Amino acid sequence: MATGTNMNKPILSVEHLSMKFGGLVAIGDLSFEARRGEITALIGPNGAGKTTVFNCITGFYKPTEGLIRMTGRDGNEFLLERMPDFRITAHAKVARTFQNIRLFSGMTVLENLLVAQHNKLMRASGFTVLGLLGIGGYHKASADAIDMARYWLDKAELLDRADDPAGDLPYGAQRRLEIARAMCTEPELLCLDEPAAGLNPRESLALNTLLNDIKENSGTSILLIEHDMSVVMQISDHVVVLEYGRKISDGNPEKVKNDPRVIAAYLGVDDEEVEEVLTVVGDEHVIHELDGEPDPAHGPSASSSMMAGPVSDTIGHSNGDGELVRVSGEASKALQVDKRSTDKSSSGKGKRRT
Amino acid sequence: MAEAISMSREEIGRPFARAFREAIYAGLVSLGLFVLLIGLKTDQNIHNELILVQRWGVLAIIVALTMAGRFLFVAFVQPAIERRSAEKSRAAAKVEKGFVRRNFSTLAIIALFFYPVLMVLLFGFQGSLKWVDNFGIQILIYVMLAWGLNIVVGLAGLLDLGYVAFYAVGAYSYALLGSQFGWSFWVLLPMAGIMAAFWGVILGFPVLRLRGDYLAIVTLAFGEIIRLVLINWRDVTNGSAGISGIPKVSFFGLMSFNVSDENYIAKVLNIAQSGAYYKIFLFYLILLLALLTAFVTIRLRRMPVGRAWEALREDEIACRSLGINTTTTKLSAFATGAMFGGFAGSFFAARQGFVSPESFVFLESAMILAIVVLGGMGSLTGIAVAAVVMIGGTEILREMQFLKVVFGEGFTPELYRMLLFGCAMVIVMLWKPRGFVGSREPSAFLHERKAVSASFTKEGHG
Repeated sequence: MATGTNMNKPILSVEHLSMKFGGLVAIGDLSFEARRGEITALIGPNGAGKTTVFNCITGFYKPTEGLIRMTGRDGNEFLLERMPDFRITAHAKVARTFQNIRLFSGMTVLENLLVAQHNKLMRASGFTVLGLLGIGGYHKASADAIDMARYWLDKAELLDRADDPAGDLPYGAQRRLEIARAMCTEPELLCLDEPAAGLNPRESLALNTLLNDIKENSGTSILLIEHDMSVVMQISDHVVVLEYGRKISDGNPEKVKNDPRVIAAYLGVDDEEVEEVLTVVGDEHVIHELDGEPDPAHGPSASSSMMAGPVSDTIGHSNGDGELVRVSGEASKALQVDKRSTDKSSSGKGKRRT
Repeated sequence: MAEAISMSREEIGRPFARAFREAIYAGLVSLGLFVLLIGLKTDQNIHNELILVQRWGVLAIIVALTMAGRFLFVAFVQPAIERRSAEKSRAAAKVEKGFVRRNFSTLAIIALFFYPVLMVLLFGFQGSLKWVDNFGIQILIYVMLAWGLNIVVGLAGLLDLGYVAFYAVGAYSYALLGSQFGWSFWVLLPMAGIMAAFWGVILGFPVLRLRGDYLAIVTLAFGEIIRLVLINWRDVTNGSAGISGIPKVSFFGLMSFNVSDENYIAKVLNIAQSGAYYKIFLFYLILLLALLTAFVTIRLRRMPVGRAWEALREDEIACRSLGINTTTTKLSAFATGAMFGGFAGSFFAARQGFVSPESFVFLESAMILAIVVLGGMGSLTGIAVAAVVMIGGTEILREMQFLKVVFGEGFTPELYRMLLFGCAMVIVMLWKPRGFVGSREPSAFLHERKAVSASFTKEGHG
């Protein structure tokens, strides 16, 4: 099928990607890779810039800076940031779904899947001219297209609803249909924007099955944005965590789950509580620090003692300015964790921010 | 039990009592309304003085008629309607479409092929002229135009208010090339189509980025630009005086419809001279052109490009995410729609023998668009029915000379065209907001073909 070197290369590598909307930096110097044949999850709190990354990859936005390199199965390389959106799907074989479902609701389920095979059918019909005259292989190509649609309808458990309008399907089925439609473009990389949003646990399970099936049987790599951690942790091989447009963690689900910066970013802890989180998580530097010289103001013994002072003192830092989160570079909880841990210990961790 | 019986008895007795009551109310309302309007009339007497004429008799008749009408409506019509709707809802599950409804389009096409023959048999050659020309050809031109516009508006969802521009391009292409160089209609018909398609692409380019209202305004402006160019480019188009003496269509060069020609049809076939032959020939010509439009539209809908048009109407962003080049898709919709407009235009020029910018005003665009919307966007049958109703309706107004008996000699029914047009439009939009045929036929199916209800389809964003 393909040579070993191609298969080892990452299917998608994002290098120093930046996207600015006026003064707002939606993505700042983001680099990550998605490996072939794996499910890569892109997670992060709301507004972290996940969908913006997707829009850059699929050409809906033109990034301000950076490279997005897509390596095809046959070794062709595409620089996605230079291609118009429809070409990315047509030539670089990157398909996507949308956070708010975008189906052709007035067309039937089957028609939705046939529209997805547009380019293939267009060539088969001699760009309409031959097909209109009834010459050439359009008839066969159209039968093949229906077969392919049937295959994906079967996978998505929508076969019995093939002739119903797409807008008539329940929400979970619409999600699956959108994935099936994207798969009908025969992509090498499938980008899913929150496929599990709004699904009940049963539908969510069906989705996991479908995604695993795609990964194992069609050789398509998947890039996934998801908030539902049960989906992310169960199916993804690799997780990239974003916060305020910057990567704060990258690795396998197990590693990311225990990364203090990820936890801080998700829990949105107070400046003063960062250490506690680090302690709980087991950051060596902080534990060492606390063991050696406990912070009198924040140490657990001081705040719990009646003798420490008025009660207001002990709770002062939890209802003060510390809870007011301003959206700025400094609002990043992960950065604060970084800062704390470097400040507390002279042997600083490398800061992510450059 | 006893209570139930008395209830139902009351129910039976009630309609008449209620109808009587309602009739009295209606009578009072009409009396209040008409007592000054009808009961009294100001007039001049022989001495030029203003006098008040009392018409209590007429007032009484009007009020009595209102009361009777209301009584009959409440007592008989309303219960009948309710009974029917109740029966319908009960039998809804097992309603089988009748033979006529199932084969409507086939029957309609067959009927159209026999239409001129029937008219000639009924009214003779001279008498049939009006029915074949004013009704048949006129309606079919609009059917064809509306089917052409349907590709742009109904399928691709691009609101085009300047469609008549392509009609004008087609008409002037034939008028100019035909009268200057004497080229045959059969050569110029495809050329007019290509020319109009070319202008469709020219219009398409600047409006690619526009959507909705903005697109509508730019297309409207484009239509006006074409018309103003036709008026002001006097050297070529002869300005608002128009071009006359446009050659007639020949029967594929075999027979001519000019009396002076060698191969005049009456001479060739040894029949009596009549102007009706040409009209009947034109009728079949436009019928075939319209059927060609329908055939191509039906074929295109099953092609990838047709599906892409409809997908474009539903969701443009999703289209692009599936690798569909929306630029070429939109341009192809504009070009295809414009091409059929061009065909219709060159036919129009050949039929009239005269073209002037007067024929290509915005009202025509609005009329064609109204037919498409009224018929149900995307539905060929619905649009054809709408064209018959709208164009046939305005033509039939001319025939309603008997209204003069009712409204007096000064009444010209065709002046009320626009009023009726507006009323019809409002009523249809209230009664069937998605047009006569709102549902959509899917272009492909796996198990069975089910029509897609209008509530799911989108109108497009421009």
